[in-house]
Amino acid sequence: MTEPLTITGKRVPAVTPVLEVDNLSVTFAQAGNEVKAVRGVSYHVNPGEFLGIVGESGSGKSVSSMAVMGLLPSSARIGGSVRFQGRSLLECSDAELSRIRGKDISMIFQDPLSALTPVYTVGHQIAEGLLLHDKNLSRQAAAARAVELLKLVGIPSPERRAEAFPHEFSGGMRQRAMIAIAIANDPKLIIADEPTTALDVTIQAQILEVMQEAKEITGAAVVLITHDLGVVAGNADRIAVMYAGRLVETGGVDQVFHAPAMPYTIGLLRSMPSMASSQTRLVPLEGRPPSLAALPPGCPFAPRCPLVIDACREAEPALTGTEEDPTHQAACIRSSEITSGKLTRSEVFPRPVPLIEGTPAGTDGREVLSLTGLVRHFPLLKGAVFKRQIGTVRAVDGVSFELGSGQTLGLVGESGCGKSTTIMEILELAKPQDGQIRVNGVDVADLSKRDRLKMRRDIQVVFQDPMASIDPRLPIHDVIAEPLTVHGVSKKDQQRKVSEMMELVGLDPEMASRYPHEFSGGQRQRIGIARALVTDPKILVLDEPVSALDVSIQAGVINLLKDLQLQLGLSYVFVAHDLAVVHHIADHVAVMYLGRIVEYGTSDDVFSRPRHPYTQALISAVPIPDPALERTRVRVLLDGDLPSPTDNIPGCNFRSRCPLYQLLPDQQRLRCQDEDPSLRTVDKTSVACHYAEHDALIDTMAER
Amino acid sequence: MIGFVVKRFVNYFILTAIATLLAYVLASLSLNPAQRYLGRNPQPSPEVITSILDGLGVNPNVPVLERLWTWLSNLVTHGSLGITVDNQQVTDVIFARAGVSLRLLIIGSVIGAVLGVVFGVWGAVKQYRISDQLVSYASFTVGATPTFVIGVVLMILATSLNGLTGHQLINFSGEYTAGLQGNFLVMFGDRLNHLILPTITLSLTAAAGYSRYQRSAMLDVLSADYIRTARSKGMSRNRALVKHGVRIALIPMSTYFAYSFALLLTGATVVELVFSWHGMGEYLVRSVQQNDINGVAGSVMFASILVLIAGTLSEIVYAALDPRVRV
Repeated sequence: MTEPLTITGKRVPAVTPVLEVDNLSVTFAQAGNEVKAVRGVSYHVNPGEFLGIVGESGSGKSVSSMAVMGLLPSSARIGGSVRFQGRSLLECSDAELSRIRGKDISMIFQDPLSALTPVYTVGHQIAEGLLLHDKNLSRQAAAARAVELLKLVGIPSPERRAEAFPHEFSGGMRQRAMIAIAIANDPKLIIADEPTTALDVTIQAQILEVMQEAKEITGAAVVLITHDLGVVAGNADRIAVMYAGRLVETGGVDQVFHAPAMPYTIGLLRSMPSMASSQTRLVPLEGRPPSLAALPPGCPFAPRCPLVIDACREAEPALTGTEEDPTHQAACIRSSEITSGKLTRSEVFPRPVPLIEGTPAGTDGREVLSLTGLVRHFPLLKGAVFKRQIGTVRAVDGVSFELGSGQTLGLVGESGCGKSTTIMEILELAKPQDGQIRVNGVDVADLSKRDRLKMRRDIQVVFQDPMASIDPRLPIHDVIAEPLTVHGVSKKDQQRKVSEMMELVGLDPEMASRYPHEFSGGQRQRIGIARALVTDPKILVLDEPVSALDVSIQAGVINLLKDLQLQLGLSYVFVAHDLAVVHHIADHVAVMYLGRIVEYGTSDDVFSRPRHPYTQALISAVPIPDPALERTRVRVLLDGDLPSPTDNIPGCNFRSRCPLYQLLPDQQRLRCQDEDPSLRTVDKTSVACHYAEHDALIDTMAER
Repeated sequence: MIGFVVKRFVNYFILTAIATLLAYVLASLSLNPAQRYLGRNPQPSPEVITSILDGLGVNPNVPVLERLWTWLSNLVTHGSLGITVDNQQVTDVIFARAGVSLRLLIIGSVIGAVLGVVFGVWGAVKQYRISDQLVSYASFTVGATPTFVIGVVLMILATSLNGLTGHQLINFSGEYTAGLQGNFLVMFGDRLNHLILPTITLSLTAAAGYSRYQRSAMLDVLSADYIRTARSKGMSRNRALVKHGVRIALIPMSTYFAYSFALLLTGATVVELVFSWHGMGEYLVRSVQQNDINGVAGSVMFASILVLIAGTLSEIVYAALDPRVRV
């Protein structure tokens, strides 16, 4: 719609922007000092345009959009101007803003779990938005329109679903309901704040599709705020990159992705693990964003920038157009050197050399962990006074894999597929309901209590959320030393070991007496890793270890994990939903669906030539941070959500969502309906699909 | 939802039964019903005392469990809680006095809950402002003051008010003016007048506790994402706070209601004594003083049944407020 305008970069004067933000600043007064969350941000959004605002946590991207909506707490001081269709929003009273909010500008929030009021039905909450802005609308008409909107955003049987409460919806469905609320009054502008961050990749792909549809139906302009460059690559027309409360680069999506002019953008792009290649090391963006309470003079990115020169520290560079294209703007005094090609991207952020090459020290690839037919079922009980079993949750339903020493097994799948239950069963070191768990060749079912405690030293875990998994009231020395206390190591040895571990994970041992809140997210995850390593384990179970971290921090942690593996000869079980990360770190990959492994093989085989339709769908749902690739890509989209694990689906349990099943002729479908596929070898991977040899899926997708 | 409420009711019922049985055993073991007759002049013969005690079913020479069994079977078969030392059926005394207490309790707890919710929500919305500080300090002060002190202070204030105006504006002795003649309205007004001070005492204590809990529940809700969603739909701040905020902040309060009702019961005992009301609280205290085992057990049972009702009510309110528990 607006491509001619933005891609060629010539502004057509006839178009007035829907939203014009000029020199916006937001300051929070906090215990004596001021936190300048947004410092002079200017941008515009044209009608029907899709603007992506990218930045890490704390960059001010959410605060600036909340300021546009007028939803910041009263303690925030807002400066500059925000004009919506020529009207200055900052001068409007709250009552006037309330008439604009939800009608002309609407918003979609990050966490669909908490964004809907739990005590009202979904239909009621959609109708509420309609009734607020149209006093003549009857309740019945609003309810009917709500059902229509639910249908529009792709919720099956919307009449029934409108009567449901939010807790009866899955995450993806709630986000669809949020979109329905947002588009209810045909807004001119939709602001989406990390709308897909909390969702699985498969659901993320669906939601992005729905958002595109919503945009086409309403003709609204969209501002999408995200930390994931991949999400905006395929959808946005223009990109604005934020850092430390300011815009540091803006331009057309192709310009920013293919010819970034600001070192920070280059660093962000380089630090992302890519699905296309599994390079040995990622490019970390060292350091952390500056504190917005006490900004040093000069460019805020200077302390982390590899191109820094003395002039950078003197004054903060303004956002100026590059020589080639005035609409492509960057806030860097050396941007002309970058755009002219004097400095290439790989020179700015060179790929670091691995510490040690080759295979891990002291490992011979022998089996350290093996699962055979592991089963974990939970009974589903009903009844208030007398409990009776009405079903079984098949959380883990016959999982087998082996992990060799010094190797990494990636366990992937949507949330609810049984990944976490599997690793909890392993960590329990107890006799499973059915099947066998062997650690270092020992069946854990035969362990005595004392042997089990001893074995816990060999197998340790790193959790997902470094904020929540560390006791905030313990200094980190105690946090790291705690496993040693359990195993009765003397205080003196603990001290030595903790310093050693902190050194190992790249933390200064001097900091041992500090408390967790004094550390950044990346550092806290390093603390978590140090705590896991302190007992000298052989196996490390990593439960989504980087998913709570910013992209630039994530690369550093992944590199650290790789180095540690080489140095210490560790074996990893790596659970993640981010396939690019898994592709990067894992030797073998197991794809799980409804408690079973549906595809298993070496990482390269699985990712380059996935055989199971589910794996194909998962991989194609991952957004790639390359707009050209992303636009031409064909996706294997999955319908709906993961079915409830209580459902007993006869035959292949994936067939309810299987895109290949849809394409099969009837007589071939019968086999999927009757026969439960077991893992069999196709090419080089093991696949649980009767028709894994079919390329029908890939072929039809390519024809489109 | 009905299953949920029934389940909770059964739980509360068992608790009530245990509380009553324990109260009976405790009263039987610690009270000495013979005391009452030993001090009389002329002193009755031991045989007479024994026969009186046997008649009451409180003879200490009979094993406690046997007495408990007799008491229980009487309760189940005849609906009788035994006889008081004044030769009245305990049930009759309870029926006569229950109305007096319930009037105080129900009005007091309802006003207390409403005030508590209002002040709590107000304090949360105006967090750290002067009005919030005032509400906070006031509720701490009330919470830290014993109930009888509040009662006495109120009485002193009322007396000086009456003195200033020269009229008997506020009556606070007993539950009605003895010997007052008049039509229904006059009688009703008189009873209302007598209710003022005790009700204020009870509601203040209740509201002080409520407001603290309500404030913290509301603070949790204020920062919730769904308030922001409601605002982004175009709802004004106040409307969003009431419709999407208070409604949810009330959910945890319904549980607190059951517990605070029990606290209010003990508070009411003191209030009844201070304002010379002849209610159940006063009866419990008098039964203990008179070594009346049946009376004590009966009043404890009355109190625990009230807690049972309050508890079940709060579960029903919980289920009505929160669709997530309606399975």
